[in-house]
Amino acid sequence: MMKNGVNSRLVKDKIFLSIVIFFSFLSILPLLFILFYIVKNGFGVLSLDFITQLPKPVGETGGGISNAIIGTFILIGIASILSMPLGIGIGIYLAENKSGKLPYIVRLCAEVLQGIPSIVIGIIAWIWIVVQIGSFSALSGGIALGMLMLPIIVRSTEETLKLIPTSLKEASLALGVPYYRTILKVVLPTGISGIVTGILLSISRVAGETAPLLFTAFGSPYMNTNIMKPVNSLPALIFNYATSPYEDWLSAAWGASLVLVLLVLILNFIAKVVTKKWKVQF
Amino acid sequence: MESPVLTIKNFCAGFGDHQILKDINMSFPTNMVTAIMGPSGCGKTTLIRCINRMHELTPNTTSSGHILLHDEDLYELNPINVRRKIGMVFQRPNPFPTMSIYDNVIAGYKLNGIKINKIDKDRIVEESLKKAALWEEVKDFLHKKGTFLSGGQQQRLCIARALAMNPDVLLLDEPTSALDPKATAHIEELISELNTMVTIILVTHNIAQAARISDYTAFLFLGELVEFGTTQKLFTVPEDKRTEEYLSGKFG
Repeated sequence: MMKNGVNSRLVKDKIFLSIVIFFSFLSILPLLFILFYIVKNGFGVLSLDFITQLPKPVGETGGGISNAIIGTFILIGIASILSMPLGIGIGIYLAENKSGKLPYIVRLCAEVLQGIPSIVIGIIAWIWIVVQIGSFSALSGGIALGMLMLPIIVRSTEETLKLIPTSLKEASLALGVPYYRTILKVVLPTGISGIVTGILLSISRVAGETAPLLFTAFGSPYMNTNIMKPVNSLPALIFNYATSPYEDWLSAAWGASLVLVLLVLILNFIAKVVTKKWKVQF
Repeated sequence: MESPVLTIKNFCAGFGDHQILKDINMSFPTNMVTAIMGPSGCGKTTLIRCINRMHELTPNTTSSGHILLHDEDLYELNPINVRRKIGMVFQRPNPFPTMSIYDNVIAGYKLNGIKINKIDKDRIVEESLKKAALWEEVKDFLHKKGTFLSGGQQQRLCIARALAMNPDVLLLDEPTSALDPKATAHIEELISELNTMVTIILVTHNIAQAARISDYTAFLFLGELVEFGTTQKLFTVPEDKRTEEYLSGKFG
């Protein structure tokens, strides 16, 4: 009787464990399929020319997506320059002021901003910047992506800094170090790994955003480094090529997808390394 | 009594409506160890946090009265300058985790942006670590992170960090409460050696510790300074009945 009871519980244990393992495995499958598909269709296209050459007109073979790669970097660059100082600044403010009306409102706004669909952000950027300037531009695209990055950076900075013990801040203040230097020289360096990881993840999150770019950076068949002009980007190129009827463009879209996925994977990998290597023990 | 380095006059402090310290008047003699003891919540920590003006960093705090350092009212100075003259060591060792042992010792200079040359830096680091009785243990790996040290060593590193600024007064807030008996003994020995160089104000809830290492003892009870005198007198012939009861373990 006793023995039976134990056995049946052990069996239940085993069944439960196998179900959990099965579900975990199931969650990896979509990613594996996507990677398999993209590599299968995109790898053949990939070459040095593909990433260094400009697109060729329909009908001509060869050509690459260099303008889209450069464009994506420009957009991410503009977005980062705008959202990093702002996001880290707001994150510091929220971590330092846990209660109060203004921190509450700011925190709420960041949460709501994070929930706004990217296409709505695109429309806002279109109205605010594209319409005002009178032309699609890399700048407006960068601002749209920056607005998407901002709440992610704010939250990750706040969460990271909240974990830093107060005793560390007091140690610095007790040495007569002014408050701003304490934040800059003690608190920020201690939380650097969490902050950088948050930034990298926010970049990898927006690198593939297409919707807001359609209204803002628009896309361009040419190489452009002027931020006041339309610029191509990997997601926009994929969107345009994948919806075209041309065989060449379809395979180029697969190649561009592979480049984009690799970019995101590399960013995630760097984020993992940063978390591990720069982690500060306290 | 020797000439006082620090004088507290009619000092009151509290959090919001809750008054913690009630009309404290006392003087700390130069280069002596003064222990402040009393039961939990009596305001010991608040008192020393008022001395280096850390108390006011907590929101909703109040304070009134005067604290004089060599006739200079600390509450009329910039708190930043006050804290550079009055060092503090906390309950839990808190070396800066991003810095090496070496950088931790000169953190007061580094973080304040005070430029000093390499020779002076080396000298300050060696002197401070020697004063804190840590030099022999760490001199071969000064550039390793301070957080790799044991708890007791970390606390001595924090003492070295405070001493490096050449403070007039060193505040120790229950510096051994998070340490094991061996590390505690080491710190106590260090405190007794330091009293020729700096005035030490030690907060402790350990009566025996106050008796062992202090020259003067103050007994604080419910925010009131009940008795203050030489440790020998306070422990042998206390004037106040409450002191006597506390020392004999009737409360606390």
